[in-house]
Amino acid sequence: MSLEQFINEAISPWMKEEGPDSDIVMSSRIRLARNFERLPFPIIAEKEDLQEVLNLFDTEYHHRTYKNYHDLEFVRMSDLQPVEKRVLVEKHLISPHLADKSVQGGVLISKSEQVSVMVNEEDHIRVQLYFPGFQLDKALDQAFEIDDWLEDKINFAFDESKGYLTSCPTNVGTGLRASVMMHLPALALTQKINRMIPAISQLGLVVRGIYGEGSEAVGNIFQISNQVTLGRSEYDIIEDLKSVVQKLVEQERKARRLLVEQSELQLEDRIFRSYGVLERSRIIESKETAKCLSDVRLGIDVGYIDNISKTILSELMVLTQPGFLQQYAGKSLTPQERDIFRASLIRERLILEK
Amino acid sequence: MECQECHERPATLHFTKVVNGSKTEVHVCGQCAKEKGYVSYDEEAYSLHDLLSGLFNFDSTSLTGQKNTPSHTTKQLKCEKCGMTYQEFTQVGKFGCSECYHTFSDKLDPIFRRVHSGNTTHDGKIPKRIGTNIHQKHLVKELKNKLQQLITEENFEEAAKVRDEIRSVEKDLNQDQGGEGED
Repeated sequence: MSLEQFINEAISPWMKEEGPDSDIVMSSRIRLARNFERLPFPIIAEKEDLQEVLNLFDTEYHHRTYKNYHDLEFVRMSDLQPVEKRVLVEKHLISPHLADKSVQGGVLISKSEQVSVMVNEEDHIRVQLYFPGFQLDKALDQAFEIDDWLEDKINFAFDESKGYLTSCPTNVGTGLRASVMMHLPALALTQKINRMIPAISQLGLVVRGIYGEGSEAVGNIFQISNQVTLGRSEYDIIEDLKSVVQKLVEQERKARRLLVEQSELQLEDRIFRSYGVLERSRIIESKETAKCLSDVRLGIDVGYIDNISKTILSELMVLTQPGFLQQYAGKSLTPQERDIFRASLIRERLILEK
Repeated sequence: MECQECHERPATLHFTKVVNGSKTEVHVCGQCAKEKGYVSYDEEAYSLHDLLSGLFNFDSTSLTGQKNTPSHTTKQLKCEKCGMTYQEFTQVGKFGCSECYHTFSDKLDPIFRRVHSGNTTHDGKIPKRIGTNIHQKHLVKELKNKLQQLITEENFEEAAKVRDEIRSVEKDLNQDQGGEGED
Protein backbone atom coordinates (compact mmCIF):
# COMPACT_ATOMS: atom_id res chain seq x y z
CA MET A 1 0.00 0.00 0.00
CA SER A 2 1.32 3.46 -0.77
CA LEU A 3 1.81 5.89 2.08
CA GLU A 4 -0.79 8.23 0.64
CA GLN A 5 -3.37 5.47 0.60
CA PHE A 6 -2.40 4.37 4.08
CA ILE A 7 -2.75 7.87 5.46
CA ASN A 8 -6.09 8.31 3.77
CA GLU A 9 -7.38 5.26 5.48
CA ALA A 10 -5.59 5.88 8.74
CA ILE A 11 -6.62 9.44 9.46
CA SER A 12 -10.19 9.92 10.57
CA PRO A 13 -12.08 11.90 7.93
CA TRP A 14 -13.18 14.57 10.43
CA MET A 15 -9.54 15.27 11.30
CA LYS A 16 -8.80 16.46 7.80
CA GLU A 17 -11.30 19.28 8.13
CA GLU A 18 -10.53 22.58 9.69
CA GLY A 19 -12.75 23.95 12.43
CA PRO A 20 -13.01 27.31 14.17
CA ASP A 21 -9.76 28.45 15.84
CA SER A 22 -8.03 25.39 14.49
CA ASP A 23 -4.66 27.15 14.59
CA ILE A 24 -4.81 26.46 18.32
CA VAL A 25 -7.73 24.20 19.13
CA MET A 26 -7.08 20.88 17.45
CA SER A 27 -10.31 19.17 18.41
CA SER A 28 -13.36 19.26 20.68
CA ARG A 29 -14.74 16.17 22.29
CA ILE A 30 -17.89 15.33 24.21
CA ARG A 31 -18.29 12.13 26.15
CA LEU A 32 -21.49 10.95 27.83
CA ALA A 33 -21.50 8.01 30.24
CA ARG A 34 -24.68 5.96 30.44
CA ASN A 35 -25.71 2.65 31.96
CA PHE A 36 -28.47 0.10 31.65
CA GLU A 37 -30.81 0.41 34.58
CA ARG A 38 -31.41 -3.30 34.94
CA LEU A 39 -27.88 -4.65 34.73
CA PRO A 40 -24.95 -4.43 37.13
CA PHE A 41 -22.15 -2.21 35.89
CA PRO A 42 -19.43 -3.88 33.78
CA ILE A 43 -16.86 -4.08 36.59
CA ILE A 44 -18.88 -6.74 38.41
CA ALA A 45 -21.51 -7.86 35.90
CA GLU A 46 -21.79 -11.48 34.86
CA LYS A 47 -20.62 -12.49 31.41
CA GLU A 48 -24.20 -13.12 30.29
CA ASP A 49 -25.31 -9.62 31.28
CA LEU A 50 -22.53 -8.04 29.30
CA GLN A 51 -23.20 -10.28 26.32
CA GLU A 52 -26.79 -9.11 26.40
CA VAL A 53 -25.52 -5.55 26.00
CA LEU A 54 -23.24 -6.56 23.14
CA ASN A 55 -26.03 -8.44 21.40
CA LEU A 56 -28.37 -5.49 21.67
CA PHE A 57 -25.82 -3.26 19.98
CA ASP A 58 -25.24 -5.85 17.33
CA THR A 59 -28.91 -6.25 16.45
CA GLU A 60 -30.11 -2.68 16.94
CA TYR A 61 -27.25 -0.48 15.82
CA HIS A 62 -24.88 -2.39 13.57
CA HIS A 63 -25.00 -1.08 9.97
CA ARG A 64 -27.55 1.55 10.92
CA THR A 65 -27.43 5.17 9.88
CA TYR A 66 -28.53 7.88 12.23
CA LYS A 67 -28.87 11.39 10.80
CA ASN A 68 -25.55 12.24 9.19
CA TYR A 69 -23.68 9.44 10.89
CA HIS A 70 -23.58 6.88 8.19
CA ASP A 71 -23.16 3.19 8.35
CA LEU A 72 -22.38 2.69 11.99
CA GLU A 73 -20.24 -0.34 12.49
CA PHE A 74 -20.22 -2.42 15.64
CA VAL A 75 -17.08 -4.39 16.48
CA ARG A 76 -16.42 -6.67 19.42
CA MET A 77 -13.04 -6.33 21.07
CA SER A 78 -12.69 -10.10 21.00
CA ASP A 79 -12.74 -10.01 17.18
CA LEU A 80 -9.78 -7.64 16.96
CA GLN A 81 -6.05 -8.30 16.89
CA PRO A 82 -3.97 -6.48 19.54
CA VAL A 83 -2.47 -4.17 16.91
CA GLU A 84 -5.92 -3.28 15.56
CA LYS A 85 -7.06 -2.35 19.06
CA ARG A 86 -3.89 -0.31 19.52
CA VAL A 87 -4.70 1.62 16.35
CA LEU A 88 -8.21 2.40 17.61
CA VAL A 89 -6.70 3.64 20.86
CA GLU A 90 -4.24 5.85 18.99
CA LYS A 91 -7.12 7.30 16.99
CA HIS A 92 -8.83 7.96 20.34
CA LEU A 93 -11.83 5.93 19.21
CA ILE A 94 -11.53 3.60 22.17
CA SER A 95 -9.83 3.90 25.54
CA PRO A 96 -6.84 1.82 26.61
CA HIS A 97 -9.13 0.38 29.27
CA LEU A 98 -11.55 -0.94 26.65
CA ALA A 99 -8.72 -2.35 24.57
CA ASP A 100 -6.85 -4.14 27.35
CA LYS A 101 -9.07 -4.66 30.35
CA SER A 102 -12.68 -5.01 29.34
CA VAL A 103 -13.95 -8.57 29.16
CA GLN A 104 -16.90 -8.14 26.83
CA GLY A 105 -16.06 -4.86 25.20
CA GLY A 106 -17.29 -3.51 21.92
CA VAL A 107 -17.43 -0.27 19.98
CA LEU A 108 -19.86 1.30 17.54
CA ILE A 109 -18.10 3.64 15.13
CA SER A 110 -19.55 5.90 12.46
CA LYS A 111 -17.98 5.92 9.04
CA SER A 112 -16.65 9.44 9.55
CA GLU A 113 -15.17 8.22 12.84
CA GLN A 114 -16.71 11.25 14.45
CA VAL A 115 -18.89 9.17 16.73
CA SER A 116 -17.78 6.21 18.71
CA VAL A 117 -19.88 4.45 21.31
CA MET A 118 -17.80 2.33 23.66
CA VAL A 119 -19.71 -0.61 25.07
CA ASN A 120 -18.96 -2.34 28.38
CA GLU A 121 -16.10 -0.12 29.27
CA GLU A 122 -16.24 1.15 32.85
CA ASP A 123 -19.85 2.03 32.08
CA HIS A 124 -22.14 0.11 29.75
CA ILE A 125 -22.20 2.96 27.29
CA ARG A 126 -19.86 5.82 26.59
CA VAL A 127 -20.84 8.00 23.69
CA GLN A 128 -18.00 10.05 22.25
CA LEU A 129 -18.10 12.74 19.60
CA TYR A 130 -15.24 14.57 18.00
CA PHE A 131 -15.29 17.80 16.09
CA PRO A 132 -12.34 19.58 14.47
CA GLY A 133 -11.41 22.87 16.07
CA PHE A 134 -13.39 24.66 18.74
CA GLN A 135 -16.99 23.44 18.45
CA LEU A 136 -18.21 22.34 21.85
CA ASP A 137 -21.81 23.53 21.41
CA LYS A 138 -22.32 21.63 18.23
CA ALA A 139 -20.68 18.55 19.69
CA LEU A 140 -22.93 18.65 22.75
CA ASP A 141 -26.11 19.12 20.70
CA GLN A 142 -25.28 16.16 18.52
CA ALA A 143 -24.23 14.06 21.50
CA PHE A 144 -27.65 14.73 23.01
CA GLU A 145 -29.34 13.62 19.78
CA ILE A 146 -27.42 10.37 19.78
CA ASP A 147 -28.17 9.96 23.47
CA ASP A 148 -31.92 10.33 22.76
CA TRP A 149 -31.67 7.92 19.87
CA LEU A 150 -30.05 5.30 22.11
CA GLU A 151 -32.60 5.97 24.83
CA ASP A 152 -35.40 4.94 22.47
CA LYS A 153 -34.30 1.36 22.96
CA ILE A 154 -32.52 1.42 26.31
CA ASN A 155 -33.70 2.26 29.80
CA PHE A 156 -30.86 4.26 31.27
CA ALA A 157 -29.96 4.20 34.94
CA PHE A 158 -31.21 7.60 36.04
CA ASP A 159 -32.12 9.03 39.40
CA GLU A 160 -34.10 12.19 39.85
CA SER A 161 -31.69 13.63 42.38
CA LYS A 162 -28.37 12.10 41.28
CA GLY A 163 -28.89 12.17 37.54
CA TYR A 164 -27.31 9.59 35.28
CA LEU A 165 -25.82 6.88 37.47
CA THR A 166 -22.30 5.82 36.59
CA SER A 167 -19.88 3.29 37.92
CA CYS A 168 -17.42 5.90 39.13
CA PRO A 169 -18.68 8.67 41.42
CA THR A 170 -16.60 11.15 39.43
CA ASN A 171 -18.99 10.86 36.47
CA VAL A 172 -22.38 10.84 38.15
CA GLY A 173 -24.96 13.48 37.26
CA THR A 174 -24.47 14.54 33.68
CA GLY A 175 -21.97 11.79 32.85
CA LEU A 176 -20.37 14.48 30.74
CA ARG A 177 -16.75 14.97 30.06
CA ALA A 178 -16.18 17.81 27.63
CA SER A 179 -12.65 18.36 26.49
CA VAL A 180 -10.60 20.28 23.98
CA MET A 181 -7.20 19.44 22.66
CA MET A 182 -5.06 22.54 22.32
CA HIS A 183 -1.69 23.22 20.75
CA LEU A 184 -0.05 25.82 23.01
CA PRO A 185 3.59 26.08 21.91
CA ALA A 186 4.06 29.77 22.71
CA LEU A 187 2.55 29.54 26.18
CA ALA A 188 4.71 26.48 26.84
CA LEU A 189 7.89 28.04 25.42
CA THR A 190 7.47 31.13 27.56
CA GLN A 191 6.49 28.95 30.55
CA LYS A 192 3.31 30.95 30.98
CA ILE A 193 1.19 27.84 30.90
CA ASN A 194 2.66 26.62 34.19
CA ARG A 195 1.34 29.69 35.90
CA MET A 196 -2.07 29.38 34.28
CA ILE A 197 -2.70 25.74 35.12
CA PRO A 198 -3.30 26.24 38.88
CA ALA A 199 -5.82 28.99 38.16
CA ILE A 200 -7.65 26.81 35.67
CA SER A 201 -7.81 23.94 38.18
CA GLN A 202 -9.59 26.20 40.63
CA LEU A 203 -12.48 26.44 38.18
CA GLY A 204 -13.15 22.71 38.35
CA LEU A 205 -11.31 22.09 35.09
CA VAL A 206 -8.33 19.84 34.49
CA VAL A 207 -5.34 20.51 32.26
CA ARG A 208 -3.10 17.68 31.24
CA GLY A 209 -0.76 16.59 28.50
CA ILE A 210 -2.50 14.21 26.16
CA TYR A 211 0.53 12.38 24.91
CA GLY A 212 3.23 11.24 27.28
CA GLU A 213 2.89 10.36 30.93
CA GLY A 214 1.90 12.41 33.92
CA SER A 215 1.62 16.13 33.59
CA GLU A 216 4.20 16.49 30.84
CA ALA A 217 2.66 17.70 27.61
CA VAL A 218 4.51 16.11 24.73
CA GLY A 219 4.30 18.18 21.57
CA ASN A 220 2.87 21.09 23.58
CA ILE A 221 -0.54 19.50 23.23
CA PHE A 222 -2.78 20.02 26.23
CA GLN A 223 -6.18 18.66 27.03
CA ILE A 224 -8.57 20.79 29.05
CA SER A 225 -11.65 19.13 30.44
CA ASN A 226 -14.31 19.48 33.10
CA GLN A 227 -13.99 17.62 36.38
CA VAL A 228 -17.34 18.38 37.96
CA THR A 229 -20.29 16.44 36.55
CA LEU A 230 -22.87 16.80 39.33
CA GLY A 231 -24.92 19.83 40.20
CA ARG A 232 -24.25 21.81 37.05
CA SER A 233 -26.09 21.57 33.77
CA GLU A 234 -24.29 20.39 30.66
CA TYR A 235 -24.64 23.84 29.15
CA ASP A 236 -23.12 25.51 32.21
CA ILE A 237 -20.23 23.06 32.23
CA ILE A 238 -19.54 23.80 28.60
CA GLU A 239 -19.82 27.55 29.07
CA ASP A 240 -17.14 27.43 31.77
CA LEU A 241 -14.88 25.34 29.61
CA LYS A 242 -15.48 27.56 26.60
CA SER A 243 -14.60 30.74 28.43
CA VAL A 244 -11.33 29.26 29.67
CA VAL A 245 -10.46 27.92 26.23
CA GLN A 246 -11.28 31.30 24.71
CA LYS A 247 -8.88 32.95 27.17
CA LEU A 248 -6.17 30.43 26.41
CA VAL A 249 -6.60 31.01 22.68
CA GLU A 250 -6.22 34.77 23.18
CA GLN A 251 -3.18 34.32 25.42
CA GLU A 252 -1.56 31.87 23.02
CA ARG A 253 -2.06 34.25 20.08
CA LYS A 254 -0.61 37.10 22.09
CA ALA A 255 2.37 35.01 23.16
CA ARG A 256 2.96 33.96 19.55
CA ARG A 257 2.95 37.56 18.39
CA LEU A 258 5.40 38.57 21.11
CA LEU A 259 7.64 35.62 20.36
CA VAL A 260 7.83 36.51 16.68
CA GLU A 261 8.46 40.18 17.43
CA GLN A 262 11.07 39.65 20.11
CA SER A 263 12.93 36.52 19.21
CA GLU A 264 14.45 37.87 16.00
CA LEU A 265 16.05 34.90 14.33
CA GLN A 266 15.95 32.51 17.25
CA LEU A 267 12.41 31.32 16.79
CA GLU A 268 12.78 31.01 13.04
CA ASP A 269 16.01 29.08 13.57
CA ARG A 270 14.39 26.70 16.02
CA ILE A 271 11.50 26.06 13.68
CA PHE A 272 13.65 25.39 10.65
CA ARG A 273 16.00 23.16 12.63
CA SER A 274 13.03 21.05 13.65
CA TYR A 275 11.83 21.01 10.06
CA GLY A 276 15.30 19.82 9.06
CA VAL A 277 15.26 17.06 11.63
CA LEU A 278 11.92 15.76 10.42
CA GLU A 279 13.00 15.95 6.81
CA ARG A 280 16.42 14.37 7.23
CA SER A 281 16.69 12.15 10.28
CA ARG A 282 17.12 8.40 10.00
CA ILE A 283 16.28 7.53 13.59
CA ILE A 284 13.79 9.51 15.63
CA GLU A 285 12.00 8.73 18.87
CA SER A 286 8.46 9.78 19.58
CA LYS A 287 9.26 12.60 21.98
CA GLU A 288 11.60 14.34 19.56
CA THR A 289 9.06 13.80 16.81
CA ALA A 290 6.42 15.55 18.89
CA LYS A 291 8.71 18.47 19.68
CA CYS A 292 9.68 18.95 16.04
CA LEU A 293 6.11 18.60 14.80
CA SER A 294 5.01 21.21 17.32
CA ASP A 295 7.71 23.59 16.10
CA VAL A 296 6.84 23.05 12.47
CA ARG A 297 3.14 23.57 13.09
CA LEU A 298 3.97 26.80 14.93
CA GLY A 299 6.13 27.74 11.96
CA ILE A 300 3.17 27.24 9.65
CA ASP A 301 0.83 29.23 11.91
CA VAL A 302 3.15 32.23 12.27
CA GLY A 303 4.03 32.20 8.59
CA TYR A 304 7.63 30.99 8.44
CA ILE A 305 6.65 27.84 6.60
CA ASP A 306 4.06 27.97 3.87
CA ASN A 307 4.47 24.80 1.85
CA ILE A 308 3.22 22.25 4.37
CA SER A 309 -0.39 21.49 5.18
CA LYS A 310 -1.67 22.53 8.57
CA THR A 311 -2.95 19.14 9.50
CA ILE A 312 0.60 17.81 9.64
CA LEU A 313 0.80 17.97 13.42
CA SER A 314 -2.39 16.11 14.27
CA GLU A 315 -1.86 13.70 11.41
CA LEU A 316 1.72 12.72 12.21
CA MET A 317 1.14 12.71 15.96
CA VAL A 318 -1.26 9.85 15.32
CA LEU A 319 0.62 8.12 12.51
CA THR A 320 3.90 7.93 14.38
CA GLN A 321 2.43 6.15 17.40
CA PRO A 322 3.65 2.57 17.85
CA GLY A 323 0.41 0.90 16.76
CA PHE A 324 0.18 2.75 13.46
CA LEU A 325 3.85 2.26 12.67
CA GLN A 326 3.46 -1.46 13.12
CA GLN A 327 0.30 -1.56 11.09
CA TYR A 328 2.01 0.27 8.25
CA ALA A 329 5.05 -2.00 8.56
CA GLY A 330 2.75 -4.98 8.59
CA LYS A 331 4.67 -6.60 11.43
CA SER A 332 5.62 -5.97 15.02
CA LEU A 333 8.63 -3.76 15.56
CA THR A 334 11.08 -3.41 18.43
CA PRO A 335 11.40 0.10 19.89
CA GLN A 336 14.65 0.62 17.94
CA GLU A 337 13.06 -0.53 14.71
CA ARG A 338 10.15 1.78 15.37
CA ASP A 339 12.43 4.80 15.66
CA ILE A 340 13.94 3.96 12.25
CA PHE A 341 10.57 3.28 10.71
CA ARG A 342 9.14 6.47 12.22
CA ALA A 343 11.91 8.55 10.68
CA SER A 344 11.33 7.07 7.25
CA LEU A 345 7.56 7.48 7.44
CA ILE A 346 7.97 11.15 8.32
CA ARG A 347 10.45 11.69 5.48
CA GLU A 348 8.10 10.06 2.99
CA ARG A 349 5.16 12.03 4.33
CA LEU A 350 7.00 15.31 3.88
CA ILE A 351 7.91 14.38 0.30
CA LEU A 352 4.19 14.08 -0.39
CA GLU A 353 3.90 17.80 0.37
CA LYS A 354 6.15 18.72 -2.54
CA MET B 1 25.58 9.54 34.65
CA GLU B 2 25.50 6.00 35.96
CA CYS B 3 23.32 4.72 38.75
CA GLN B 4 25.05 5.05 42.11
CA GLU B 5 23.62 1.79 43.37
CA CYS B 6 24.24 -0.76 40.65
CA HIS B 7 26.81 1.17 38.59
CA GLU B 8 25.42 -0.56 35.54
CA ARG B 9 22.40 1.24 34.24
CA PRO B 10 22.13 4.96 33.58
CA ALA B 11 20.62 6.99 36.42
CA THR B 12 17.17 8.15 35.46
CA LEU B 13 15.95 9.45 38.82
CA HIS B 14 17.70 12.38 40.42
CA PHE B 15 16.66 13.89 43.68
CA THR B 16 17.91 15.64 46.76
CA LYS B 17 17.34 14.14 50.18
CA VAL B 18 17.34 16.40 53.19
CA VAL B 19 17.73 14.56 56.48
CA ASN B 20 18.06 16.66 59.64
CA GLY B 21 19.25 19.57 57.56
CA SER B 22 22.01 17.71 55.71
CA LYS B 23 21.54 17.43 51.96
CA THR B 24 22.48 14.41 49.86
CA GLU B 25 22.01 14.07 46.14
CA VAL B 26 20.81 10.73 44.85
CA HIS B 27 21.17 9.47 41.29
CA VAL B 28 19.71 6.06 40.65
CA CYS B 29 18.13 4.02 37.89
CA GLY B 30 14.45 3.13 38.00
CA GLN B 31 15.08 -0.44 39.06
CA CYS B 32 17.35 0.41 41.98
CA ALA B 33 15.05 3.19 43.08
CA LYS B 34 12.34 0.62 43.49
CA GLU B 35 14.54 -2.03 45.08
CA LYS B 36 16.23 0.28 47.55
CA GLY B 37 12.96 1.88 48.45
CA TYR B 38 13.72 5.40 47.22
CA VAL B 39 10.35 5.42 45.63
CA SER B 40 7.41 3.16 46.17
CA TYR B 41 4.88 2.47 43.54
CA ASP B 42 2.78 -0.37 42.33
CA GLU B 43 2.96 -1.81 38.88
CA GLU B 44 -0.26 -0.04 38.09
CA ALA B 45 -0.06 3.70 37.74
CA TYR B 46 -1.52 5.65 40.63
CA SER B 47 -4.90 6.53 39.33
CA LEU B 48 -7.59 8.97 40.20
CA HIS B 49 -9.48 6.10 41.74
CA ASP B 50 -6.72 5.35 44.22
CA LEU B 51 -6.94 8.93 45.32
CA LEU B 52 -10.67 8.63 45.49
CA SER B 53 -10.78 5.48 47.53
CA GLY B 54 -8.51 7.27 49.97
CA LEU B 55 -11.13 9.97 50.02
CA PHE B 56 -13.89 7.62 51.02
CA ASN B 57 -12.17 6.32 54.08
CA PHE B 58 -12.47 9.49 56.07
CA ASP B 59 -16.15 8.74 56.34
CA SER B 60 -16.40 6.10 59.05
CA THR B 61 -14.33 7.95 61.61
CA SER B 62 -15.23 11.57 61.17
CA LEU B 63 -18.77 11.68 59.94
CA THR B 64 -20.85 8.84 61.22
CA GLY B 65 -20.21 9.98 64.77
CA GLN B 66 -22.03 13.22 64.21
CA LYS B 67 -24.92 11.94 62.20
CA ASN B 68 -27.43 9.54 63.60
CA THR B 69 -25.68 6.27 62.93
CA PRO B 70 -27.79 3.67 61.18
CA SER B 71 -28.69 0.63 63.23
CA HIS B 72 -26.36 -1.61 61.24
CA THR B 73 -22.73 -0.58 60.96
CA THR B 74 -21.12 0.75 57.80
CA LYS B 75 -19.30 -2.47 57.12
CA GLN B 76 -22.47 -4.51 56.86
CA LEU B 77 -24.11 -2.26 54.29
CA LYS B 78 -24.55 -4.45 51.26
CA CYS B 79 -26.30 -3.83 47.96
CA GLU B 80 -29.04 -6.39 47.49
CA LYS B 81 -28.97 -6.21 43.72
CA CYS B 82 -25.28 -6.71 42.99
CA GLY B 83 -23.88 -7.82 46.33
CA MET B 84 -21.34 -5.05 46.66
CA THR B 85 -20.64 -4.00 50.25
CA TYR B 86 -19.94 -0.46 51.29
CA GLN B 87 -16.46 -1.49 52.30
CA GLU B 88 -15.76 -2.92 48.85
CA PHE B 89 -17.08 0.26 47.33
CA THR B 90 -14.64 2.38 49.32
CA GLN B 91 -11.79 0.13 48.23
CA VAL B 92 -12.61 -0.01 44.53
CA GLY B 93 -13.99 3.50 44.35
CA LYS B 94 -16.72 2.35 41.99
CA PHE B 95 -20.35 1.38 42.28
CA GLY B 96 -21.48 -2.09 41.30
CA CYS B 97 -24.92 -1.15 39.98
CA SER B 98 -27.50 1.62 39.97
CA GLU B 99 -29.06 0.25 43.15
CA CYS B 100 -25.81 0.86 45.10
CA TYR B 101 -26.62 4.57 44.90
CA HIS B 102 -29.72 3.95 46.99
CA THR B 103 -28.18 1.37 49.30
CA PHE B 104 -25.28 3.60 50.25
CA SER B 105 -27.19 6.85 49.88
CA ASP B 106 -26.66 7.97 53.50
CA LYS B 107 -22.93 7.93 53.03
CA LEU B 108 -22.57 9.39 49.58
CA ASP B 109 -23.23 13.10 49.83
CA PRO B 110 -19.92 13.91 51.56
CA ILE B 111 -18.12 12.04 48.78
CA PHE B 112 -20.06 13.79 46.03
CA ARG B 113 -19.44 17.13 47.69
CA ARG B 114 -15.71 16.56 47.63
CA VAL B 115 -15.58 15.34 44.06
CA HIS B 116 -18.05 17.80 42.59
CA SER B 117 -17.18 21.12 44.21
CA GLY B 118 -19.83 20.89 46.90
CA ASN B 119 -22.68 19.68 44.71
CA THR B 120 -24.95 16.77 45.56
CA THR B 121 -27.95 17.15 43.26
CA HIS B 122 -28.21 16.69 39.52
CA ASP B 123 -29.05 19.76 37.48
CA GLY B 124 -28.78 18.65 33.90
CA LYS B 125 -30.35 16.57 31.20
CA ILE B 126 -33.27 14.30 32.01
CA PRO B 127 -33.87 11.27 29.78
CA LYS B 128 -36.53 12.02 27.22
CA ARG B 129 -38.59 8.87 27.41
CA ILE B 130 -38.21 7.48 30.93
CA GLY B 131 -37.94 10.93 32.42
CA THR B 132 -41.31 12.27 31.27
CA ASN B 133 -42.62 12.49 34.83
CA ILE B 134 -39.55 14.28 36.01
CA HIS B 135 -39.81 16.69 33.10
CA GLN B 136 -43.36 17.46 34.16
CA LYS B 137 -42.41 17.87 37.80
CA HIS B 138 -39.74 20.35 36.78
CA LEU B 139 -42.25 22.12 34.60
CA VAL B 140 -44.66 22.42 37.53
CA LYS B 141 -41.89 23.82 39.69
CA GLU B 142 -41.01 26.37 37.05
CA LEU B 143 -44.64 27.34 36.52
CA LYS B 144 -45.19 27.73 40.26
CA ASN B 145 -42.27 30.11 40.43
CA LYS B 146 -43.72 32.01 37.51
CA LEU B 147 -47.08 32.11 39.24
CA GLN B 148 -45.57 33.62 42.38
CA GLN B 149 -43.80 36.20 40.28
CA LEU B 150 -47.01 37.16 38.49
CA ILE B 151 -48.93 37.41 41.75
CA THR B 152 -46.33 39.74 43.25
CA GLU B 153 -46.59 41.80 40.07
CA GLU B 154 -50.37 41.72 40.51
CA ASN B 155 -50.74 40.43 37.01
CA PHE B 156 -53.75 38.28 37.88
CA GLU B 157 -54.95 37.68 34.38
CA GLU B 158 -51.67 35.98 33.39
CA ALA B 159 -51.50 34.28 36.77
CA ALA B 160 -54.86 32.60 36.19
CA LYS B 161 -53.59 31.18 32.91
CA VAL B 162 -50.46 29.83 34.56
CA ARG B 163 -52.55 28.34 37.37
CA ASP B 164 -54.67 26.46 34.84
CA GLU B 165 -51.55 25.25 33.11
CA ILE B 166 -50.17 23.92 36.39
CA ARG B 167 -53.44 22.11 37.04
CA SER B 168 -53.41 20.39 33.68
CA VAL B 169 -49.78 19.27 34.00
CA GLU B 170 -50.44 18.00 37.52
CA LYS B 171 -53.46 16.11 36.30
CA ASP B 172 -51.31 14.34 33.70
CA LEU B 173 -48.75 13.58 36.34
CA ASN B 174 -51.27 12.08 38.73
CA GLN B 175 -52.70 9.89 36.03
CA ASP B 176 -49.24 8.57 35.14
CA GLN B 177 -48.33 7.80 38.68
CA GLY B 178 -51.65 6.78 40.13
CA GLY B 179 -51.92 9.80 42.37
CA GLU B 180 -48.45 9.84 43.85
CA GLY B 181 -47.28 12.77 41.87
CA GLU B 182 -47.43 15.48 44.53
CA ASP B 183 -44.16 16.80 45.84
